[in-house]
Amino acid sequence: MKTSTRTVDGVEIINLQGKITIGSGDSQLRDIIGDCLKDGKTKILLDMKGVTTIDSSGIGELVGSFTTATNRGGKLKLLHLPAKVTDLLQVTQLITVFEVYEDEQEALKSF
Amino acid sequence: MESESERVEITISSRFENIELVQVIAEHLCETAGLDDDGSHWIGMAVREGVANAIKHGNKLDVRKKVYAIFDLKGAQLAIVISDEGEGFDPANVSDPLNPQNLMKTSGRGIFYMRTFMDKVDYTFTPAGGTQLVMTKNLTHKSDSVNP
Repeated sequence: MKTSTRTVDGVEIINLQGKITIGSGDSQLRDIIGDCLKDGKTKILLDMKGVTTIDSSGIGELVGSFTTATNRGGKLKLLHLPAKVTDLLQVTQLITVFEVYEDEQEALKSF
Repeated sequence: MESESERVEITISSRFENIELVQVIAEHLCETAGLDDDGSHWIGMAVREGVANAIKHGNKLDVRKKVYAIFDLKGAQLAIVISDEGEGFDPANVSDPLNPQNLMKTSGRGIFYMRTFMDKVDYTFTPAGGTQLVMTKNLTHKSDSVNP
């Protein structure tokens, strides 16, 4: 998985590209979120537009990242969720857990 | 849908990077049989989860141990068998990821996804050890999204 980060209005927008699967991207996601929180960056927006594949491990890391951010007083939200990722979150009823946005400006305003 | 039969077998060592090899075979076989992209994707996903479990929970990442996958396509009926050389597990002990108590757990959704994407998912255990996962899918069952 490739990532790039930019800060807009105090929100860390992390662009994820590629696979978030077991052994490839799942632990990377955990590390990125952990580093943000360690640096005091508690408003995190994950831009998922470039995610090509995610599996149950990747979904688990999303859940873990959300919990870690919340427990440290932060907020983690999702942007541009691909249809298949939405499907996976829906069948496991996790779609109700995350705040999901299609528009970046709208997402930024929500923090 | 073609009525010919097709059988593909592959053996991999227990490395996560080999999962994709098996997934690609599954998706290719489904596409060849006339299944649409979405349907092929979800079956590939079920295979990915099955192989990942075999590598991680079955063979416990021991690269000396193998994972065996057999794809058997007869008409529209696809049977997939994934076997490992581990010590087995009790499927009854697998928790329900939809239970509110488990919703925020970081693991435990793999088998649930397999059951969602496939028609039938069964586990058998051989006396010599090892877990055998058998999944079946009728490829004429269209799936535009993740409908069990």
